[in-house]
Amino acid sequence: MMTEVRPRIRLPRSASAGESIVVKTLINHDMESGQRRNSAGETIPRQIINRFTCEFNGVMVLDAALEPAISANPYMEFEAVVPESGEFVFTWYDDNGEVYTATETFEVS
Amino acid sequence: GNWSRLAAQQVLTQDDLLRFESFGNVSLIHVTDIHAQLKPIWFREPEFNFGVGDVRGVPPHVVGREFIDMFNLTPGSADAYALTYPDFVALGQAYGKMGGMDRVATVIKAIRAERPEAILLDGGDTWHGSMSSYLSRGQDMVNVMNALGVEAMTSHWEWTLGTDRVLELVDQLNFPFLGQNIFDAEWNEPSEDFPSYTWFERGGAKVAVIGQAFPYTPIANPGWMFPEFSFGIRDERMQEMVNEVKAQGADLVVVLSHNGFDVDRKMASRVQGIDVILTGHTHDALPEPVLVGTTLLIASGSHGKFVTRLDLDVRDGQLMGFRHKLIPIFADVITPDAEMAAVIDAERAPYAAQMEEVIGHTDSLLYRRGNFAGTWDNLICDAVMSERDTEIALSPGVRWGASLMPGDAITREDIHAVTTMTYGQVYRSEMTGETIHAILEDVADNLFNTDPYYQQGGDMVRLGGLGYAIDITKPIGERITGLTLLRTGEALDPAQTYTVGGWASVNEGTEGPMIWDVVEEHIRKLGRVSAEPNGSVIVSGI
Amino acid sequence: GLGASAVAMLPVAAAATPVDDAIAAYTGGAAIAEGGVTITAPEIAENGNTVPITIEAPGAVEIMLIATGNPTPNVGKFTFGPGSGAPMIATRMRLGRTQDVLAIAKMEDGSFASTAVEVKVTIGGCGG
Ligand SMILES: [Mn+2]
Ligand SMILES: [Mn+2]
Repeated sequence: MMTEVRPRIRLPRSASAGESIVVKTLINHDMESGQRRNSAGETIPRQIINRFTCEFNGVMVLDAALEPAISANPYMEFEAVVPESGEFVFTWYDDNGEVYTATETFEVS
Repeated sequence: GNWSRLAAQQVLTQDDLLRFESFGNVSLIHVTDIHAQLKPIWFREPEFNFGVGDVRGVPPHVVGREFIDMFNLTPGSADAYALTYPDFVALGQAYGKMGGMDRVATVIKAIRAERPEAILLDGGDTWHGSMSSYLSRGQDMVNVMNALGVEAMTSHWEWTLGTDRVLELVDQLNFPFLGQNIFDAEWNEPSEDFPSYTWFERGGAKVAVIGQAFPYTPIANPGWMFPEFSFGIRDERMQEMVNEVKAQGADLVVVLSHNGFDVDRKMASRVQGIDVILTGHTHDALPEPVLVGTTLLIASGSHGKFVTRLDLDVRDGQLMGFRHKLIPIFADVITPDAEMAAVIDAERAPYAAQMEEVIGHTDSLLYRRGNFAGTWDNLICDAVMSERDTEIALSPGVRWGASLMPGDAITREDIHAVTTMTYGQVYRSEMTGETIHAILEDVADNLFNTDPYYQQGGDMVRLGGLGYAIDITKPIGERITGLTLLRTGEALDPAQTYTVGGWASVNEGTEGPMIWDVVEEHIRKLGRVSAEPNGSVIVSGI
Repeated sequence: GLGASAVAMLPVAAAATPVDDAIAAYTGGAAIAEGGVTITAPEIAENGNTVPITIEAPGAVEIMLIATGNPTPNVGKFTFGPGSGAPMIATRMRLGRTQDVLAIAKMEDGSFASTAVEVKVTIGGCGG
């Protein structure tokens, strides 16, 4: 994917220690399924985000294995426990070997 | 004309139509699905309105003589004329046209004179349906509804003006544009542009009005025109909203809905705590509320033909009782409100000359509404096949569109009233018999799926050049049989390719002339038109 | 990954459908209890290319999502780590046609539970 990959994250404004919060992520990506053909009739090679992970302070929250049936611009919404203030690390793994990461600090009250 | 005005005034008076003994402490006034009809029109109610599954034979799936009997109407009476199809042409002579927003204004002012705190609510499909609303991109209706003093609305066809225009017009409204089910498509969150509900403190009661936009707007209409938004039924969230307003002290919970009647009936059975659902979208006019548990379902018709007044006794957070009247707007009986008439004239003025140009005449009744083809649709399909040189025509089964009486002139405005939309291009394409069959099955399932949550509230797609049989009780894929090319009498060959013309495609980039121009050209050539029910659809399972 | 193991199953289960294969590849043939998983998805998809779905499965450590009517049924496998706040995932998927969407939850004790919902993919048009 040649266009710039730009992850976006949505977290609640605040939470108290130990609370479970809703985390939303989006990343712009075609998720080329490998099943489409171009105008010349050739199969367009598959290129998808095949794995997504979210960790908070080094603790795994979600580890997702993704298939071509996941829509373009993959959206993931899930819940994470925040026992203390710290850092979220989000990682997307591309078929082409590239790895995209985003980090977000989160303060508990 | 004058004769019908005199005749109608002999049997009806404005006082009779408005007579209502005030009741309780809260009044709701409901209008819906006006489809931008500012002037009085003819509108024939459906001859076919089949219910499937649990709703077979129950309102609103009752028509004609059965309807008259069920609601104790007198055949040939003004009410029977307004609410049913039999003898429509003859009764139209006696009772005249219906609707007109200046007449609607008179009725609303009269109710407010008696009940200054009455709440006026508009169920949507307001900014679409006429030539002037098309040309002004909804501006005429926004100005008229502001002048009318509407206090909240919800939406459906409004969205076919596209996101930018909707936001621009919403900004001009003196009232909220509600929709608890309008979501930001990107983040899957309730849109911040449109409130879920609004509050009224009236008659000593706290009234919450929750909006519900048409759930299938991005499917039934071109979703690419408003890609930022997602809709859907979202009855779990509706329950949350009901709980939320009750927690905030609502004495009365009203849902201003554009779900369609059967969807609302199901929602009323799943969401607890709604007192009143003001229904819309399916264009049903019912002289009495339908009760689901303790929830009242109100159906106020379409095209400005009716205004509902609902008086409620609300005490200590409880609905104790109600009094209801579906007020028919007989245009020859109700005096137009002068102020509103002036607003309407001003809105129409820039377009009046184009709109009022006579294109031809009709010798037969032209109507659309009904599950299967109306005569207007037959004429439109003929126009598409003849002007676009196709073997088959497809015309959408929308429920809007006024009627014309035998002998009437057909103006450009009349053609727009049955065709106008922001995606009216008439395509010409090639389809296999198999594809055509699949389209018919798909649309039939939107109408006859036994689970209302899978219904989209339109009527069956209209066909030109093709006949078929349908068993409405069968599942998808098995309803349509006997597809026959009428020109040759031969069965439609699944493998063969046919030329097909149609309009209202939801696909972006559809090319072709606009449907109203195609119909105008056809009518102009004929001069006088006549269209009969085509008899090429055989319905079973009813 | 999961795709590879599904393909590896094919020769031994030649008569089975791709959906059966996908399920068997995931559960190893173990029994699956009905229910215990809540799926929220639209009755009718607004756009078959991006159909929102939310799956909740109390007590689950992992959820497998299968589109039974797609040529390649697997959609995704979602494993909840120790930092997870709830066994819940919402995502968007491609559905080629009207079909049942199946979610299989793997529970803490290694057992499986599943629920399916029908999502209609329609050509659209028309309305009141
Ligand atoms: Mn509608
Ligand atoms: Mn309507």
